[in-house]
Amino acid sequence: MFSGSATRKRRRAVNRGEMTKTTDTEPRAEMADLIARIGSDGDMEAFEQVFRAFGPRVRAYMMRLVRDPQAAEELMQETMMTVWRKAAQFDADKGNAATWIFTIARNLRIDSYRRSKRPDFDPNDPAFVPDADPTADQTMEARDDERRLHAALEELPPEQRRLLDLAFFDEASHSEIAKRLDLPLGTVKSRIRLAFNRLRATLGDRS
Amino acid sequence: MSIQHHISEELLLDYATGQLSEGWRIAVATHLALCPSCRRRLAVMEMTGGALIAEPVDEEATQEAASDESASWESLRKRLAADRAHTPDAERPVKAKASSQAGQTVLPEPLRSYVGGDVDTVKWRPLGRGAYHLPIETDDGTARVRLLRIPAGKPVPEHGHRGRELTLVLSGSFHDGDDLFARGDFEEADETLQHQPIATEGEDCICLAVTDAPLKFRSWLVRAVQPIIGI
Repeated sequence: MFSGSATRKRRRAVNRGEMTKTTDTEPRAEMADLIARIGSDGDMEAFEQVFRAFGPRVRAYMMRLVRDPQAAEELMQETMMTVWRKAAQFDADKGNAATWIFTIARNLRIDSYRRSKRPDFDPNDPAFVPDADPTADQTMEARDDERRLHAALEELPPEQRRLLDLAFFDEASHSEIAKRLDLPLGTVKSRIRLAFNRLRATLGDRS
Repeated sequence: MSIQHHISEELLLDYATGQLSEGWRIAVATHLALCPSCRRRLAVMEMTGGALIAEPVDEEATQEAASDESASWESLRKRLAADRAHTPDAERPVKAKASSQAGQTVLPEPLRSYVGGDVDTVKWRPLGRGAYHLPIETDDGTARVRLLRIPAGKPVPEHGHRGRELTLVLSGSFHDGDDLFARGDFEEADETLQHQPIATEGEDCICLAVTDAPLKFRSWLVRAVQPIIGI
């Protein structure tokens, strides 16, 4: 569906990643291991490290939407409590710690702040259609992908990067983004599409 | 046949960033249950969210929220201590039964739970001209959600839209112009689209329709009464 010279781009991104970003992968891999320790041993020290790394970031994420320091602090604490409670469900071999924490924080924003019900698909449902490639979901979350995605985000043109930031942090719709940045709606749509085409290509264009 | 019509980048991003309200989510999530390809696109978007949230934060913004990180940790630690007394939460919602024959379930989750069972349990209400519907209750004031059953070979009355309309085919199929929409196919329409879906011969077409405003039916009958009743 989204064709392109994925292999070439991917190799280039990997090479560049290895030259400049190698040291960067260590803390992230460590984060997944810390979550695994919370899950298996209820390791409080590991949890404190995850909190010190992600707490301020999750609080900033909440703050962008709720605009109230106390509410943002509360939602951050709720997110961290959920990390603690669900750590055993996190797969440290394949899991991407940042993605996992993002989805927890996002779901809490929907449940608590938007107060909207959150219907979701269920992989255990008999009508659920699994991927023909059984490793698709897992490879997608592999740590190597995480590193490549970070590198690709760094390389996005700033105007594309800014749109992603507004969409994820401010929950701005395409038309709100267009209004805020005084851009035609078509430009916003095409920039976002370009950005994800590039990120997908970096990850091997498996869509 | 594999799915040909997928969720747009825009709508999928709204789902990934948490912007869609309940009614719209039902349509997107039910398509995702049937479509591995859109789930992979969603996975990339969620990874992007993870990468963005892992970026170092703006110092000023955090200081405003919590001047003392240690106080925040202390308060969390106390809550944890209290929480440890509780058993892990068994929060799984009750799922509506799937059909007894494996592989025969027509309505995937989350839709099936909203309907209260699979398609064979639906109490259809007539819409006229052989078409039926089942309104689905949600808490979402912005969206109107329903199942539609269009008789084989028959058109849905031609209509334009005042807003967005999402259609997900669950069984049978329909043509819209040159395009064929079958199980799992997803159509997004807005006020700029005039379309005339026609159910394929041989089988009734069952689909989920989510709209944010009543459809403006353009049949000769409705056109005839529109000036009078002012719709």
